[in-house]
Amino acid sequence: MSASTRTAVSRRDGWIAVLWSLPALAFYLLFAIIPLFIAVYLSFTNWNGLSQPTWVGLQNWIALLSDSVTGNSLILTIEVMLISWIVQTPISLLLGVFMAGTQRYRAVLSVFYFLPLLFSAVAIGLTWVALLDPNFGLVNTLLKTIGLSALAKGWLGDPGLAFFVVMVIICWQFIPFHSLLYLGGARQIPRELYEASTIDGAGRLQQFFFITLPQLKYTVITSTTLICTGSLTYFDLFWVTTGGGPGYATRVLPLHMYITAFPNQAVGYGSVLAVVLALFGVVLSFVFLRFTGFTRMSSQLEGL
Amino acid sequence: MSADIVSQQIADTQHQNQRAPRRGWWEILPFTFGIIWFLIAFFPVLYMFGTSLRPLSDYFTDIPWLPPSHPTLENYSSVLASDFGLYFMNTVFVTVFSVLLIVIVSLLSAYAISRIRNRVTQFIFNLFLVGLAIPLQATIIPIYAITINLHLYDSLYALILPSVAFGIPLSVLVLVTYIRDIPRELFEAMLIDGAGHFRILRALVLPLSRPALTTVIIYETIQVWNGFLFPLVLTQSTNVRVLPLALWNFQGQYTTNVPAIMAAVFLSATPIILLYIFGRRQLLSGLVAGFSK
Repeated sequence: MSASTRTAVSRRDGWIAVLWSLPALAFYLLFAIIPLFIAVYLSFTNWNGLSQPTWVGLQNWIALLSDSVTGNSLILTIEVMLISWIVQTPISLLLGVFMAGTQRYRAVLSVFYFLPLLFSAVAIGLTWVALLDPNFGLVNTLLKTIGLSALAKGWLGDPGLAFFVVMVIICWQFIPFHSLLYLGGARQIPRELYEASTIDGAGRLQQFFFITLPQLKYTVITSTTLICTGSLTYFDLFWVTTGGGPGYATRVLPLHMYITAFPNQAVGYGSVLAVVLALFGVVLSFVFLRFTGFTRMSSQLEGL
Repeated sequence: MSADIVSQQIADTQHQNQRAPRRGWWEILPFTFGIIWFLIAFFPVLYMFGTSLRPLSDYFTDIPWLPPSHPTLENYSSVLASDFGLYFMNTVFVTVFSVLLIVIVSLLSAYAISRIRNRVTQFIFNLFLVGLAIPLQATIIPIYAITINLHLYDSLYALILPSVAFGIPLSVLVLVTYIRDIPRELFEAMLIDGAGHFRILRALVLPLSRPALTTVIIYETIQVWNGFLFPLVLTQSTNVRVLPLALWNFQGQYTTNVPAIMAAVFLSATPIILLYIFGRRQLLSGLVAGFSK
C-alpha cells in the first residue's frame, strides 16, 4: 500500500468514525452537555417555568451568598457523603470478602444480599416508610413488644432523627452494590498469595490485613469515588420518605434544587443550584481522576 | 423458607468443618456476620412481600414480623384493577425503546472509537467520559425546557430521549474496553478478505462482544425501569405514567392501605426479579458494569 492511499484510507476512516459516532453524540450533546450551558444561562434569569424567562443578571447568584437554606443543604450533602463512606466502606468490604469465600453457605446467603438492588428508590422508600410507621410499623411494634416502648419514635417525623434514618435506608440500599465491587476485587486476588502465606504460618486475620486489604486498594478507590459522586444524586429516596422535611432537616442539594425549580416555580434560582451541583460533581470527579484514571475503572468483572 | 436456608447453612458449615477442621473455629465470626447481614438485607423485602398478602383489617392487628394469618391475593387484584397494566406497558415501552437506542448508537460509536484511532475519536471518547461525572439532577431543569420547546412534554418520548443520553457514556465505555481486547489479527484477516466496516461489525464484533452487550442491556434496563426523576418532571397525565411515578401516586391514593402499596411495590419490580432469578450472574455483573476493579 502506498503512502498516499494509506492517508486517503485513514482520512476516510476518520470520517466514518465521526459519522458512526454521530447518533450517540447527537443524543448526548442535546440532552447532557448542552443542558449544562442552558442551566448557566437560566441561572441569570427569572422564570416560572411557563412564561418567557427574563434576564436579571447576577441577582440569583448574589441571592445565593445570603441563602442559609442552600448553605444548610450543602452541609447536609457533605454529611451524606461522609456518613455514606464511613458506614458503607467497612461493611461492604467485609461483605465482599465474605462472599468471595468458597464455603457454599456463603453463596446461598449472597443470593439474598443483592435483593435491595432490584427495587427502585421509590419502592424502597415506600417499604421503609411502612416499616417505620409510628403506629403499625414493624420497628415500633418490635420495640414495644420487647419492652423498649421509650425508644419507639416517629422516626421520619423527628427533625433531629429523620436525616440519620434516611441515611440508614441509603446504606441499606447501596451496601449490596459496593459489596459486589469488593466481591469482584477479592476474587481477582491470586490464590498463590494465600497459599504462600499459609506455608509461612500466617493466620486468617493476618492474611486479611496483609494480603486482602492491600490487594483491594483500587477497589476501595473506585467504591469511594462512586459513593462520593453518588451522594450528589440521592434525590428520590429523600423525596419519597421525608420530602426534605421536617422543616429543612433532610433537604439535600439535589432535592433543594428540585423543590426550588418545580414546586416553588423559581426556575432561575433553581438553575443556580443546578450549576453548583454540576460543578460539585465535576470537581469531585477530577479530584478522584488524579487517583485512578477512568480507563482503570473500566475493566470487566472477571471473578463473578 | 428462611428456616430451610438456615438449616442448609448449618449443614454446609458442618460439612466444611469436617473438610477443614483447622479453620472451623475461625468460621464462627464470618458466619455470625453473614447471618446478621442476611437478616438486615432480607427482612425488609420479606416484610414487603408478607404485608402485600395481608387483608387490610389484618394489617392493623397482625404481628408484623410473622407471616400473614389470613393470606390473600386481594391486594394484588385491587392494584391490577386500577390502571396498573397501563403503567406497566408504558414502562415496558420506555425501557425497551431506550435500551434499544442506547445499544445501537453506543455500539456504532464504540466500534468507531476502538477501531479507528486518531485525535478525533480520542476527543469523542473523552467527551463521553466527561458525562460520567455529571450528576443527572443538574441537567433536569434545562431538559424540562428543551422538552417543552420540542413539544414533547408529557409524552413517553420525553422520557426516552434523556434516558438514552445518560445511558450512552457508560455503555460506550464498557463496549470500547471490550472491543479493544478483540485480537487485531481477526480484524486484519477480515480486512484482507475485503470486508467493509459494516460486515466486520456484524460478523466479528457483534458476536464477540455479546457479554459486554448483555452487561449494557441489563444495567440500562434496571436504570430506565427504576428511573423516577425524569417521569416526575417531564410527565403529568395518567395515560403516560410509568411505574415509579405510579407507585408514588399510589401512596397518595391509598395512604393508609399499606398492604395495597406493598403489593404495588412488589408488582412493579417483577420483571427485574425475574431477570434476577433466571440470570443472576449476568444481572450482577451488569450492575457493576464499568465500575469494577
